[in-house]
Amino acid sequence: MTEIWDGLTRAIELLVSLDPEVMQIAGRSLRISGTSCLLASLICLPLGSLIHFHQFRGKRVLINIVQTLFSVPTVVVGLFVFVLFSRAGPLGVFGMFLTPAAMVIAQMILITPLLLGLTISALSGVSREMMDTATSLGASGFQTAWLVLREARYAVLAAVIMGFGRAISEVGCAMMVGGNIRGFTRVVTTAIALETSKGELELALALGMILLLLALIINIALNRLQQR
Amino acid sequence: MSLVEVIGLHHRYGPRPILQDINLSIDRGEVFALIGPTGAGKTTLLRIMDLLEVPSAGEIYFDGKYVPRSGRQRFAIRRRMSFIHQKPHVFNLSVCDNVACGLRWRREKKNKVVGKVGRILEMVGLKGYENRNARTLSGGEAQRVALARSLVLEPDLLLLDEPTANLDPVSAEKIEQLISQVARQGNTTMIMATHDMAQGQLLADRIGVLLEGGLVQTGNATDIFRSPRNREVARLVGIENIIEGVIAANTEGIATVEVGNDSDRIGIQAVSDYPAGKEVYACIRPEDITLALSSTQSSARNSFQARITQVATLGALSRIEIDCGFRLVALVTRMSAEDLDLQVGGEVHAAFKATGVHVMEKGS
Repeated sequence: MTEIWDGLTRAIELLVSLDPEVMQIAGRSLRISGTSCLLASLICLPLGSLIHFHQFRGKRVLINIVQTLFSVPTVVVGLFVFVLFSRAGPLGVFGMFLTPAAMVIAQMILITPLLLGLTISALSGVSREMMDTATSLGASGFQTAWLVLREARYAVLAAVIMGFGRAISEVGCAMMVGGNIRGFTRVVTTAIALETSKGELELALALGMILLLLALIINIALNRLQQR
Repeated sequence: MSLVEVIGLHHRYGPRPILQDINLSIDRGEVFALIGPTGAGKTTLLRIMDLLEVPSAGEIYFDGKYVPRSGRQRFAIRRRMSFIHQKPHVFNLSVCDNVACGLRWRREKKNKVVGKVGRILEMVGLKGYENRNARTLSGGEAQRVALARSLVLEPDLLLLDEPTANLDPVSAEKIEQLISQVARQGNTTMIMATHDMAQGQLLADRIGVLLEGGLVQTGNATDIFRSPRNREVARLVGIENIIEGVIAANTEGIATVEVGNDSDRIGIQAVSDYPAGKEVYACIRPEDITLALSSTQSSARNSFQARITQVATLGALSRIEIDCGFRLVALVTRMSAEDLDLQVGGEVHAAFKATGVHVMEKGS
């Protein structure tokens, strides 16, 4: 019991003193997951609109598949990116294995179904009549799509935040394609896993608290948005 | 010259026919009201005319030009019209952005947009609301935003789908005032769907009655009000007394319509050209029937002793159901109902003029 207590006090010290190592790891987590979330949004928002605004065969099936992939295990995505980017893999020539870039790609793949599915359902929340109103006021197809995206902006933003939350809290991809290299690809989650197995509880606890703090901030932001 | 012309228009959703053989020509500057009960196809007809839907069959001409069934041209024509829905569907943006969006979509210059939006908001009485989120407005205010959003585009054709159906009477009156203000300016042709006969009468130059997907009768308000073509139209325009009968005789345009059951035939005098023997309906507006305690000397050709079977109060009016061998409904002011002490079971004299009876052929 005292061990945990000591760990906690030491962890708070690390946080309050803005320990360089802790800050560096947290910063890297934010950068990598932020980038992957941004890139995934750039793909998913237009793609989600495209799927939502067009009728085609197999649309229902496609949406079902996307929704199933919400819960794709992180290690499966990690394995997939590993196979692609490892030295012997088809994309090995780019030398991206065990780099932050590979982690960004892996996390992007991980959260794309989530972002895509939630974007589509956010857009579905805008009524058919609203779209007709825009059309009858002289909006072109693209202008209507943009308006609908703006109408659904809070729900879309909530989807983006959910995606970010999943990216920053996952450990499987980061470990498998990043390799937890100190000062290079070590992020909060991989560091916690390592430090815990080493028995260095205070650092693990400090990083855990940062992760919880981030989750809290994200949740508050999400609540604020939904209350609008 | 006609601005919109619809020829032989049919529409169906799946196997279900919605509109059948609609032929309609609306003149430039005209205000046309489409009247019909809920489900008659009014909204569908408006949506087709707004080019939001493609009809199953039929042709539409706008400003003399044929409207193709698909393609870029429909978009260009649609930009010359605007549609006001029953529900306002304001966008989750400020009032100002709501009203400006149509202009921005047309790539109007910024300073022009600001000027036009300001003027139109002043006209609909929403000055000072510019920065309010339109979603926070009341139903009446939101409908005024919707109206402003359409009017600011100065459309050639304005389509309105029951614009006051969801509003309280005060808000509805404001919207009606705005519509008639726009109508008076004469630049905007309007087609308005409504189930409210009074609204159609108040605002429209011409009325079309839509029943079960068919355009049954078109004409000015007086025509439709006084001479409905068939029983359904008569019911729609508020004629409560539709009595089945046979013309017994016709002398110089004054017909005697025999009504009632076989044992007890009663004659109603009516202005009509139908010959003797014709099976007809006699239509009498409830407000055209006068009630008195004794048979006074009046010029009315029809006068009957009757028994009161039901009394109901409708605002300032009383609806009196009487039995004078056949059932009649009369509307009198509440004041006179009290003065005459009209009560269920009481005796009363009912009178109406021969010109107050509209006779129409049975089966039409």
